[in-house]
Amino acid sequence: MASLAATFGRGAMTNGWTDVANADVILVMGGNPAENHPVGFRFTMEAKRNRRARIVTIDPRFNRTAAVSDLYVPIRAGSDIAFLGGLLHYALANDLYHREYVAAHTNATFIVGEGYGFENGLFSGWDGESETYDTSGWGYELDGEGYARVDETMEHPRSVFQLMREHYSRYTPQMVSDICGCTAEEFERAADVICSTGAAGRAGTILYALGWTQHSHSVQLIHTAAMLQLILGNIGMPGGGINAQRGHSNIQGATDLGAWNALPGYLKIPRAHQQSLQAYIDENSPAPLRPNSMNYWSNTNRFMVSLLKAWYGDNATAANGFGYDNLPRPDAADDYSWATIFERAYTGELEGLVSFGMNPVAGGPNTPKMLEGLANLRWLIVAECFETETAAFWKAADAAGEYYPGARAAADIDTEVFLLPAACFAEKDGTMVNSSRWLQWKHAALDPPGDAWKDQDIIAALFLRLQALYREEGGAGSESLLNMTWNWRNPRSPDLAEVSREINGRGADGRQLASFAELADDGSTVCGNWLYAGSFTEDGNMAARRGQEDPTGLGLYAEWAWNWPLNRRILYNRASADAEGNPWDPERAPIRWDGATWVGDVPDYGATAAPDAFGAFIMVPEGVARLYTVDSFAEGPLPEHYEPVESPVDNLLHPEVGSNPAARTMMSAIDNLGSAEDYPYIGTTYRLTEHYHYWTKNVDGPSELQPHFFVELPEELAAEKEIANGDAVRVWSARGEVRGQAMVTRRMRGLQVDGRTVYQVGLPIHWGFLGRVTGPLVNNLSPSVFDPNSGTPEYKGFLVNIEKIA
Amino acid sequence: MSQDLQAVSATPGSAAGAAVDTTSVAKLIDTSTCIGCKACEAACQEWNDHPVTLAPFDGTYQSQPDLSHSFWNLIKFNETEIDGAPAWLMSKYQCMHCIDPGCLRSCPAPGAIVQQANGIVDFVPEQCIGCGYCMTGCPFDVPKFDPYTKKVYKCTLCTDRVSVGLEPACIKACPTNCLTFGARDELIQIAEDRAATLREDGFQAAGIYNPAGVGGTQVLYVLRDADRPEAYGLPADPQIPWTVALWKGPLKWFGNLVFLGGAIGAFLHYVRFGPQTEEAPSDGETHGE
Repeated sequence: MASLAATFGRGAMTNGWTDVANADVILVMGGNPAENHPVGFRFTMEAKRNRRARIVTIDPRFNRTAAVSDLYVPIRAGSDIAFLGGLLHYALANDLYHREYVAAHTNATFIVGEGYGFENGLFSGWDGESETYDTSGWGYELDGEGYARVDETMEHPRSVFQLMREHYSRYTPQMVSDICGCTAEEFERAADVICSTGAAGRAGTILYALGWTQHSHSVQLIHTAAMLQLILGNIGMPGGGINAQRGHSNIQGATDLGAWNALPGYLKIPRAHQQSLQAYIDENSPAPLRPNSMNYWSNTNRFMVSLLKAWYGDNATAANGFGYDNLPRPDAADDYSWATIFERAYTGELEGLVSFGMNPVAGGPNTPKMLEGLANLRWLIVAECFETETAAFWKAADAAGEYYPGARAAADIDTEVFLLPAACFAEKDGTMVNSSRWLQWKHAALDPPGDAWKDQDIIAALFLRLQALYREEGGAGSESLLNMTWNWRNPRSPDLAEVSREINGRGADGRQLASFAELADDGSTVCGNWLYAGSFTEDGNMAARRGQEDPTGLGLYAEWAWNWPLNRRILYNRASADAEGNPWDPERAPIRWDGATWVGDVPDYGATAAPDAFGAFIMVPEGVARLYTVDSFAEGPLPEHYEPVESPVDNLLHPEVGSNPAARTMMSAIDNLGSAEDYPYIGTTYRLTEHYHYWTKNVDGPSELQPHFFVELPEELAAEKEIANGDAVRVWSARGEVRGQAMVTRRMRGLQVDGRTVYQVGLPIHWGFLGRVTGPLVNNLSPSVFDPNSGTPEYKGFLVNIEKIA
Repeated sequence: MSQDLQAVSATPGSAAGAAVDTTSVAKLIDTSTCIGCKACEAACQEWNDHPVTLAPFDGTYQSQPDLSHSFWNLIKFNETEIDGAPAWLMSKYQCMHCIDPGCLRSCPAPGAIVQQANGIVDFVPEQCIGCGYCMTGCPFDVPKFDPYTKKVYKCTLCTDRVSVGLEPACIKACPTNCLTFGARDELIQIAEDRAATLREDGFQAAGIYNPAGVGGTQVLYVLRDADRPEAYGLPADPQIPWTVALWKGPLKWFGNLVFLGGAIGAFLHYVRFGPQTEEAPSDGETHGE
């Protein structure tokens, strides 16, 4: 999400599930939708049946998506940037890119300053000591008014287009083959199909998921894919886009409403040096980089003030900066992402942890570190509908000591654990926001059983108790809680429709907002998340709509639920037409300019703004999409292939810089990394259709469909190790080990990487030491290595060894 | 004989398949869009309220090694190679609801197997004597014996749902629409069109599986590689075993005579030794709570 926001302006799937049915080519890479998103995959099958779409699957395993694809190419886990960089080179070198689109809608025409450079795997400005880049030399060349200089011909040697062309000229089909392990012919077959969508009348989509996000270079990886879609002219087009398939039913909603580093609506959190609301707004309201840039984040003041009014009500006034001081403001370098939370738990710096809808012992990397970290806490609160491995972490030594030899016995753990029984999804109403950015309201099917409470009741009880304690006893930061509004009709059990109304927001007249365009910066409007303005209007709860009309025939279904922002179904849809507003493909035009207004989908643009009034990407100061990103990432402005932190091979492009130099590698005493000498094989984890995370192993039906943990490995490796199908095997890494039965298959094969054979071992994730069916936690193997931008662990591609056991 | 039935096991006057026409129902399985998600398996288990069976690991993605008396719908994960490339041919395996059902032909228990007017071949447990002849008579190896109830069971094509206008549970659950339920002649047309599309897309061998040896089936398949149904776990040319055909055909009078002898023998056995007592189940399977 961090990547797509930097490239296009918003961190979300660009199109939507139903839109996949409009595609001519579907590239599935870094995801396995047939297995992990089977319901959404119906639209891929519709494209195949009705449009005769070509499906290309690129994955370490020939999986269930590959089984229904037209073309499958194997790839070494962690080498995706090389493959995508190869596609960029292939499209540019063979003139398969959409030149007119690139010139009109991307920053390819922008001229970069002379400070930019790239040599031997490092960009200019690298500081080896702090392991960070000084990005100040990478900016565009600006004219006297502060706008970026452009060259419409894209011939200027320092135009983004030429820099990109040069950067990827190294990624030849042979280089792709040598790095990724497929043959050059296999790569070229796939490239021909994928790059065929560079033609104006063809649209190609990319479906990806956690196979791309779980690398130490994941944000760069996804940016590479976004670049490919841009040069092929596939962004904004029905049947195009770069479509992130979220790993949970409401993970999009979770990020939309904030994280440790973002307030609702992707407003950045205030940092310590931003001493006043004005300082915060100034720093988060970028200046436009082109005269025609709409630059929508210049409205940060309206979004932020309305949010503060929602949270602090009458306690938010113009005089007190609308309660800005109530917000915590960490130092600019402070980090509270996963890696840091569990590092602090491990080193004993964390007193307590609330784990809500999360099972970190199962889901986090390096299980021994998770177990030891929780054992160092004073208290742990878990709210769940099942007893999870996290709630029961103190049982690990007893329940499965063979896997966790370092885990402390229950008697040696002082952590006080509170397991609060919580309602499951079917026992509460409210919205879930799916990958398509649809807010869909659901109704509770039944009441929570026994003592189980709804989430909002648990949170309300915690809030009211803490607020009362602060009121009675005072304490540092007490204003944050004391000033907060809590004006629900039933304060102990807020009605979620009431909460949804506040998130949507209301105007000075008390009426529900229809659009974030109505937001003001004077405190007269109240809005819990500007992105959701319009979801619960005076006409009612838009998320509860179930209309199935489709007047455009493009599967937009504008009356089904509600789509942020403003019920817009296809993001960046202005880019589906040329500079004059003529659609690239009249058969597939999501919006049309009728001379006075845009008709069709909700335009991602001024509703009545002439086609030449603004750039097509209204959320970025450039006004066009970014192929080259100046200061969005911890890495350089153009993505480069880096090996996983644990890799069996050198980086063929620059052996002296192997893995991502900016990657975040935790190095506490329990964070061991292995070398290829001891751990010669690549381990990669994944989910199976039959299970949902670590949850359905508690349930009869899914347990029956897939009772057993197994280890998937290629026939050639099995032959070398004398492992037969069904044999018991042990897989171990520098962190720990797992045991299970072997699934020996031809669906995985040895890959020729730089002249030698590299094998991969597949490890499904769904088991643990509790449940209807049990098995090892595979994260006993994975390392505490993270992408520096998103903080996501590197679960795809780490080093293991394997042997047969009796 | 009820007017809703067109054939009844071991009962004179019935002719299997004679009345199969446009009113008969069928299920179409387009294997080219089946993703092996097992939603159909889950729906079948749930609707039929079957107990949970945790099968041992057999080195494949299959839920169970084979159909069982309490597992009527199984996706087979057929791993193979076609033209040097890996292929994973998913095929949904269940009762084929043959137009000329070998099970019904071979069944000696009156009324234990019926073919309804809409073509559904259903087992009637109350009438089943557990002899297992239907298992021999089925060229698809579908009916399975339950050692606990000592009767034989299989997919009913959700006759309980179909009779009230609903589609079978497996069809309802399929997320990719690779399963279709409807009138048989219409489904054959849809299947022909889909196979033609696949052939145009370069899969020369695409076609329909609707084997003539059992008079055709009411479960139809579109196969990308119809020239090798065995690769999908389907018999290339299923036939009712000649023993059954002979037994229930020209030699039926002889069979009836033997059956009568058997019945007299059983009666004498009962008079001499008394009723059989039920044994507790001795297998290791998990029965639901």
